[in-house]
Amino acid sequence: MSSSEDPVGRRDFLKTAAAGAAAFAAETHQDDRDHPQNSDHDHQAVPSDLTLRVKALESLLVEKGLVDRTSLDLIVDAFETKIGPRNGARVVARAWVDPAYKKRLLSNAAAAIAELGFTSHQGEDMVVLENGPKVHNLVVCTLCSCYPWPMLGLPPVWYKSAPYRSRAVIDPRGVLTEFGVELGDDVEVRVWDSTAEIRYLVLPERPAGSEHLGEDALTALVTRDSMIGTAKVALAPRGAAA
Amino acid sequence: MNGVHDMGGMQGMGPIVREPNEPTFHAGWEGRVFALSRVLRTRGGPWNLDAFRHGIETLPPAEYLRMTYYERWFAWMLRTVVAAEDATQAEIEAGVPAAGSPRKAPLVTADAVPSMVALRSSARRDVRVASRFKAGDEVRARNMHPTGHTRLPRYVRGKSGWVVVDRGVFLFPDTNAHLQGEKPQHLYSVRFAARELWGEQASPRDSVHLDLWDDYLERP
Repeated sequence: MSSSEDPVGRRDFLKTAAAGAAAFAAETHQDDRDHPQNSDHDHQAVPSDLTLRVKALESLLVEKGLVDRTSLDLIVDAFETKIGPRNGARVVARAWVDPAYKKRLLSNAAAAIAELGFTSHQGEDMVVLENGPKVHNLVVCTLCSCYPWPMLGLPPVWYKSAPYRSRAVIDPRGVLTEFGVELGDDVEVRVWDSTAEIRYLVLPERPAGSEHLGEDALTALVTRDSMIGTAKVALAPRGAAA
Repeated sequence: MNGVHDMGGMQGMGPIVREPNEPTFHAGWEGRVFALSRVLRTRGGPWNLDAFRHGIETLPPAEYLRMTYYERWFAWMLRTVVAAEDATQAEIEAGVPAAGSPRKAPLVTADAVPSMVALRSSARRDVRVASRFKAGDEVRARNMHPTGHTRLPRYVRGKSGWVVVDRGVFLFPDTNAHLQGEKPQHLYSVRFAARELWGEQASPRDSVHLDLWDDYLERP
């Protein structure tokens, strides 16, 4: 189906579709939405049905005194501008340069993370998993979208999507190959399905050749995906994409 | 429940599509839905985290698969606003409160937001509960199929593994989601060999770890 269909038309079409077809279409739909640069129309140009419906509900709840509009603005702003993978990257870089810190991080993640000034209650139920030459950890939430928000921000769409959630546990090596991570048969893959309120952060391997780099330069190398376990850290920064 | 959300091990869902430089929210309404959810969840009761997850799980399967992530959240919110009697369906349709409806005081105000986004209410409970298992024990995930909320995925039911560590006492989502109490109990990190779950096609070295509550486990 074409990406130029409006969301309302698409929804009506899909209501009549069989479940299997809907499953396929949902991913297509998601792709369209997630790649506005590839779409042949601008999703934002005309207020969508959802924009109007969400606005109506928000207004109603504000009118009824159930929510305060400024607090909503601040929550959105916090997750758009303050809480993101740079938090986790700082923790990783510190662990790379300070072996004693790394030891504390692996044994009591909450306390070690708090040392860097992050006050996260979620941290108390946080576990850090160390990747190495013989062990590769990969984090998923097959049931929903559990993710270490204070360290990584909100998860990317792929992490919450059916393809990743379904395959990470049954075919982790296939998933890793798709992400460009090739592991030898001698490497043990440990998948962590976040079924409870424990949150997992992967401590990736420090890249070879980074010995001369300081903590700030190392922080810049650490990618979001490397802290989920779907990437290794490369010496050359690969930008914000990963 | 054996819902479509329980996706571990399913096949045919297509390639994993990644978006370079992905924004936090893809449209303004997504951010509003996220923020509204965070605020409403502080109301507890039918707004609690486990009830929220169960609300998403009980969306009709085809709808669940069709919807984007925050569309699911919005659908849950519309339903829960009515179920929690915070608004009526008529008010939602009209977009304004009914004449004479009481005005409440928001639970979350602007000054509370910084701590709210930094602090996440923990599901850990500081109560003494006996643990039935300890690190090193062989355990089997029970072959159970509750119709309500559960965090025991289908793909491990009936499978055997080992307790790696006792994570302590946590509230039990299966009861909390249905407002039937927290039933705090021990939570264990359980390691399953990939071959126990998936057979010969899996690497003999690999494993899958899940955090499972006492009530999900039995001695093999």
